[in-house]
Amino acid sequence: MTQHSRDLSRRRLLFGGAAVGAATLLTACTSNETPAASTQTKAAGNSEGNNAPGKKVVIGFSAPAADHGWMGAIHANAKAQAAAYSDVEFKEVDGGSNSEAQRSTLGTLIAQKPDIIVVLPHDGKEVNAVALQAMQAGIPIVNLDRAFPDALASRLVIKGDNYGMGVSAGHFIGKMLKDKGVANPVIGEIAGLEIPLTVERSAGFKAALATYGFTVRNRRSAEFTSDSGQREAAQLLQALPKIDAIWNHDDDQGIGVLAAIKQANRSEFFMVGGAGSKLAIDAIKADNSVLKATVTYNPSMASSAVSLARLIAQGRGLGDLTELQVPKEVTLASETITKENASSYDKLGF
Amino acid sequence: MSDATPTPTATPERPQLPAQSPPVDPAETAVASDKAASTGKLSWWRGDGGDGAKRNLGLVGVLAALILVGAVTKPDLYGDPNWVWNNVLAILQLASVVGVVTVGMTFVIIGGGIDLSVGAILALAGVWCTTVATQSYGAAGMIFTALVVGICVGLVNGVLISYGRLVPFIATLAMLVAARGLAASISNKQTQVSSSTFINDIAARKVIGIPILVYILGAVVLAGWVVLNRTTFGRRTIAVGGNPEAARLAGINVRRHTMLLYALSGLCCGIAAIMLTSQATSAQAAMANLYELDAIAAAIIGGTLLSGGRGTIVGSLLGVIIFATITNLFAINGLSIEAQNMVKGGIIVAAVLVQQFQFKSVTRLLARNRVTTAT
Repeated sequence: MTQHSRDLSRRRLLFGGAAVGAATLLTACTSNETPAASTQTKAAGNSEGNNAPGKKVVIGFSAPAADHGWMGAIHANAKAQAAAYSDVEFKEVDGGSNSEAQRSTLGTLIAQKPDIIVVLPHDGKEVNAVALQAMQAGIPIVNLDRAFPDALASRLVIKGDNYGMGVSAGHFIGKMLKDKGVANPVIGEIAGLEIPLTVERSAGFKAALATYGFTVRNRRSAEFTSDSGQREAAQLLQALPKIDAIWNHDDDQGIGVLAAIKQANRSEFFMVGGAGSKLAIDAIKADNSVLKATVTYNPSMASSAVSLARLIAQGRGLGDLTELQVPKEVTLASETITKENASSYDKLGF
Repeated sequence: MSDATPTPTATPERPQLPAQSPPVDPAETAVASDKAASTGKLSWWRGDGGDGAKRNLGLVGVLAALILVGAVTKPDLYGDPNWVWNNVLAILQLASVVGVVTVGMTFVIIGGGIDLSVGAILALAGVWCTTVATQSYGAAGMIFTALVVGICVGLVNGVLISYGRLVPFIATLAMLVAARGLAASISNKQTQVSSSTFINDIAARKVIGIPILVYILGAVVLAGWVVLNRTTFGRRTIAVGGNPEAARLAGINVRRHTMLLYALSGLCCGIAAIMLTSQATSAQAAMANLYELDAIAAAIIGGTLLSGGRGTIVGSLLGVIIFATITNLFAINGLSIEAQNMVKGGIIVAAVLVQQFQFKSVTRLLARNRVTTAT
């Protein structure tokens, strides 16, 4: 009996020791130290025109908590751009994980009476009322990316162009194939999660391809994650033994798509990405994979929103426009990044 | 949990076992008592095996029908034997990750529980093993981390359920939310790319024409089959799931066994995390989305009883392969994911309806036999 219990206690000691050891090792493994990420800002170096310091303004900022790379870049860019101006005080409130949380923190921000507020809402419809309230209290709202349904709820809307992303991708693929002289090409599409923005992207892609007389042969939808990208790409490659071109909506899921292409040992086609991540831009520049281009939906729009908010608060207009005030709506063009121009996008990748 | 008819051994009073009974192997006792319960005509072995074999034959039939549909709708592709072989491999690769998760899930469900946190554990293990710090230890460090994280999270589930007396549904639901949260905070919501060629090669390489992932699936399925059918651990699992009170009275440490089942499920998630990280050459907190539902659905259509006490590893494997074949079938025909999900839902309902029908008739038969032997 004693022999038995001693054995047991020794075993326990060994197990316990191993467990503690493993735990220490594992907790050491959660570190993710990487070189500080660069942000996308417009330098405010020269003191001419609009860059010249003006009236001191307080800019409020509210956006959903970062749940993926793109949203993370939105937060970082807004902050960095504000820091680049000596006449801007930046006040960010926690956007939380849903509209309810965002409404309440926005309420406290409004009570502090900043000169102007930049808002990227969880859902334009659900935050509309609070934005309207701010406008009525005399605080202009700059609406970033997801539009409020009420035109009175914002002074300026600045957003990306999902339909335009599809159009840019469609034109790039259409032109490439036309130049190569491919008749009746096989075109595949790997879409993202089936939400309105994905539907818009696909509609733009279809419309642009139609101008060349091309159609999408097979469309799979992934979930913006790399593992779903791999899964859908593997099936797409299986469905189409010979492909001429693929458009993949999102560069993050593109990591998985490229992995699937490598695993299937295929290279007879070229691929266009979406969003414009740093990894994708590097791959395009290196030109060592099927990825030949990516169409942007750039989080640099947060930097531009802060710059425009500053001008509105200071009552200034855009230098190159005749009007004395900033326009009411800015829709960013979806730009196509290729090997030729990739180096000029280095700073804009996220 | 189990059917209404009380088994002879499940008396509410304390057992009238001799106080100083000689040590007996608990599993043997459980099997013996169950033998007695089922009138000695049907042993657990034959009864379970025969029933399972029939069911599995039905699943093979479904699989054959799906392949036939593929061949009819895409004769140009199926005309090329090379393509057909590649397609079989593509289906098996698609099934491999969920398959490994399903083996663990099958054990948990047979043991009378449910694990809703498998997708979240997989994501946490995947994210934890691809952090910059872990990757600096190389492939061995990454594999070690994924396995240990899987086992530890599974153990936490197990302790909460067996010693904390939480309902498995609630405990693992809480873990689903918490593990994904932890994964998101570790990864800082970024996609972490694996730079280890060893890890990435697991999905990219083939050995004798068959992808390494398929070998891993085969090894896990084989190990699961042996453990379930040829070891006391497996027989205890069936006893615990079939009638926990009878199992306890037979001398099985039900709580410890339940805890170990969740740890086993966690281990399977750890293995699957390495496989999925290898396939996607990256990991993020949102990976393996809804794998818990895929695994449960596969186990159910494979004939595992959701209330525990019955199930086969081969059936679960066939369930996973059927789902993978449906995904493949819809992809090669260029049909939408929406239609695919509707068909999957229909198949789950159909499988459970068939199973319910069979289960009812079997229990009725058993109950009748029990009554006749008792009088």
